[in-house]
Amino acid sequence: MATPTTSRPAGPQKIKTRGRELPFPLNLYQTAVGKKWVMAVTGIVLIGFVLGHMFGNLKLYIGPVQENGVWHYDLDVYAEFLRELLVPLFPRTWFLWLIRFGLIGAFVLHIHAGYSLTALNNKANRAYTSKRDWQAANFASRSTRYTGTIVLAYLIFHLADLTWGLLSSNWVRGEVQANVVDSLGRPIVAATYMIATIALSIHLFHGTRSLFQTLGLANPRFSKVPQTLAFGIAAIVLVGNLSFPLAVLTGVVDADDPRVVPVSENAAES
Amino acid sequence: MSETLNLKLRIWRQPGPDAPGAFTEYDAPGIPTDASFLEMLDMVNERLIDKNEVPIEFPHDCREGICGTCGVMVNGQAHGHEKNTAVCQLHMRKFNDGDMIEIEPWRAAAFPVIRDLVVDRSALDRVIEAGGYIGVSTGNAPDANEILIPQEVAETSMDAAACIGCGACVAACPNSAGQLFTAAKLWHLNSLPQGQAERFRRTEAMVETMEEFFGSCTNHGECTEACPKGISQDFIAYMNRDYIKSKVYNRKLAGQKN
Repeated sequence: MATPTTSRPAGPQKIKTRGRELPFPLNLYQTAVGKKWVMAVTGIVLIGFVLGHMFGNLKLYIGPVQENGVWHYDLDVYAEFLRELLVPLFPRTWFLWLIRFGLIGAFVLHIHAGYSLTALNNKANRAYTSKRDWQAANFASRSTRYTGTIVLAYLIFHLADLTWGLLSSNWVRGEVQANVVDSLGRPIVAATYMIATIALSIHLFHGTRSLFQTLGLANPRFSKVPQTLAFGIAAIVLVGNLSFPLAVLTGVVDADDPRVVPVSENAAES
Repeated sequence: MSETLNLKLRIWRQPGPDAPGAFTEYDAPGIPTDASFLEMLDMVNERLIDKNEVPIEFPHDCREGICGTCGVMVNGQAHGHEKNTAVCQLHMRKFNDGDMIEIEPWRAAAFPVIRDLVVDRSALDRVIEAGGYIGVSTGNAPDANEILIPQEVAETSMDAAACIGCGACVAACPNSAGQLFTAAKLWHLNSLPQGQAERFRRTEAMVETMEEFFGSCTNHGECTEACPKGISQDFIAYMNRDYIKSKVYNRKLAGQKN
């Protein structure tokens, strides 16, 4: 009755062969668990940056302040403070560049680890023909790769727009408040900003929850902590960052205070 | 007198590892609600044999939820929709009359289909071979309570040891990761005094063998939901922690290797 199978099973195929082991600690990055650690640690650095960046940007709401009898926007003062960090221990902007290189390194590692783990997972995975009924996976966890790509694309746009000033003829180096108001005052830029903020919050929601697991910090006694912290961080980033374009569009924040002397007339350079 | 159900089934049929597979629809009338899911498949097979057709191959052995042999995707969930239940312990009373049930084998690169619903899970054995055992001499059976193990430690170890190795965690994972299985097998031994001598060698070997066959965890949590023993994802966190420790510890021992 039983018909023989058409061929003998070949057994499971390896999706990865172990090459030469690099010296410690580089060998950690050769394994998937090690790459996950790199993702989690760089993720913490980048979450810190996102929160710090948003907190600094809240100075947009302070508006003009008087310093030595001259009026400046507080955001411009804060930007200058960042360039002057740890002066005179370091020359001007050196420490800022140190932070920038650290962030660039974290971004590169985070993206490379994410990319190579995704490639590995695609090799390991075989799609079901019937429809999957997800029980625990949520939208945030299923879309991390896509929200991350949106955030990266936006990051490049954001740097071109506000750091390099490539997208607006009104951009002036050092006049942060004026540049922000000019940029976010255009509805298309504001809409892009809001979409990227929503994507970033979704990304951080899964990332924050996930890093506890990856770093081995999960503990049944504190099982609610990662979820709560993830929700908190995602909510802070969402509300804080969404407020900026809305404030500019509704005119709560502007950059046309007559008392403020434009930086360009002050002959300041970067 | 139990009620009966009239069901429609869509079952994956594949005559061999290299042959193309496809879903075939079957009518399954008059299935008693007291039958288990596998007994339902037995009835369908009896009828196929009566009609001189080839019965459906499906994995099964003890049928009491402790051996880990059975396991199929039922309506997109590993072992079906009932929590903490292997498919052999899933009963037809959990379904409704007229339901359409889709049955598919586990899917993962590490689990090639042998025939119909049966897959080759020997990749899990490769992980166990790498270190899922005590290799040091432990002497004769010790007297009771000679080795003191706190109750919580024994319970944690037992929670991990509940793993029956069915592969549902891999099947449910969108990345086909074998992390819950490997973590459970690791923590079963790593949490006990007898497991300490080989703890870090075991951790490194088992994790790296796992990575040769399986994907990587993205912390969805599907594995714990699918697990017929409800093994917690926390064990994956413990494994991640022990893995980094093992890389540091084993490096210290590198000069001692012969």
